[in-house]
Amino acid sequence: MPSLFEFANPKKFMDLSGVLLPWLVAATALTMAAGLLLGFSTPPDYQQGDTVRIMFVHVPAAWVAMMAYGVMTVASIFGLVNRHPLADIAARAAAPIGAVFTALGLITGSLWGRPMWGAWWVWDGRLTSFLLLLLIYLAYIALNDAIENETRAARASAVFAIVGAVNLPIIEFSVQWWTTLHQGESILRKGGPTIAPVFLWPLFLMALGYTFLFFVFWTIRIRSEILNRRARTLLEMRAG
Amino acid sequence: MNARKRRRIAFVVSLLLGGAAAAVLVVSALQDNVLYFYSPSDVYAKKVSAGTAFRIGGLVQKHSVKHDSGMTMKFVVTDGARSVPVEYKGDVPSLFREGQGVVAIGRLDGAGLFQADQVLAKHDEKYMPPEVVDALKRSGEWQKGQ
Repeated sequence: MPSLFEFANPKKFMDLSGVLLPWLVAATALTMAAGLLLGFSTPPDYQQGDTVRIMFVHVPAAWVAMMAYGVMTVASIFGLVNRHPLADIAARAAAPIGAVFTALGLITGSLWGRPMWGAWWVWDGRLTSFLLLLLIYLAYIALNDAIENETRAARASAVFAIVGAVNLPIIEFSVQWWTTLHQGESILRKGGPTIAPVFLWPLFLMALGYTFLFFVFWTIRIRSEILNRRARTLLEMRAG
Repeated sequence: MNARKRRRIAFVVSLLLGGAAAAVLVVSALQDNVLYFYSPSDVYAKKVSAGTAFRIGGLVQKHSVKHDSGMTMKFVVTDGARSVPVEYKGDVPSLFREGQGVVAIGRLDGAGLFQADQVLAKHDEKYMPPEVVDALKRSGEWQKGQ
């Protein structure tokens, strides 16, 4: 049986990802188009009216922001344990994308909070821990860029990423542990989701679309970093 | 698995455990300080003194909203067990309504009346179209057990 690590060979990764990327782009476009179409055709919410549609762009952004951090953490663990350059590249490549999704979650949440809660921002447990996620991403990127040696940069930032992963359960459970202005969990709760199926469908489609979009960006960033390093090696060989 | 790899895995596990331990310490040290608001029961239990700024949260008691002259309004925040009267001058968010969640920011005066500087609406985690709510109300399933 071929092991997963066979694809950790940069050459094999370039071949496979080159074939997969167009399909991934198509899947992103399809799910997002379907999600938006459904999202605009649902009836309004009984309390929030049409404002509820912000959920379809806000919640998936927050989910994918956290998923991206999970991906980055797993890649960091493989980088530390297996010492594979591709894992280092994969972890580093996920950070800016995750940061952008986190910012998107903060911005869309703010736009939703103003009309519904009456405030752009409050310092409750959910919002504060999510802002912390953005700061952790930015600190990771800064740390990774600050160390010139690629391998040492990867080691140091992997350690940082793994320790920072502790914020993920804090974000998830903040609405249970503390009283917050942010509402509680709607989907993963006892007794099933408290979101009507007409809203769940566009939400899941958009979540799928955002997830595909993350993998599109991630693949492109890993590929360009591999090519970058190849070009650098060639230049060094010519110069040497 | 060679010894070096085992040592690296132990290092990763120690990182995860260290991070988790730090988080548990911080979260437990923060305790009540991370609560965004107190419920009316908390206000009584903690004997919050007059003049101390805090946030109170609960449901706007049904039939309690009264508009005085001008912009001043009064309503009662309740958590089912205890309730606290609130006075507020200003606009309320569009989701503010009787029977709905609310968070008011301000302080108690000497008479036990909460003087709010700001009122925020807190909505719950339920999302559904109006027709579904109507259907639930017709069948008597709406807000059952609340």
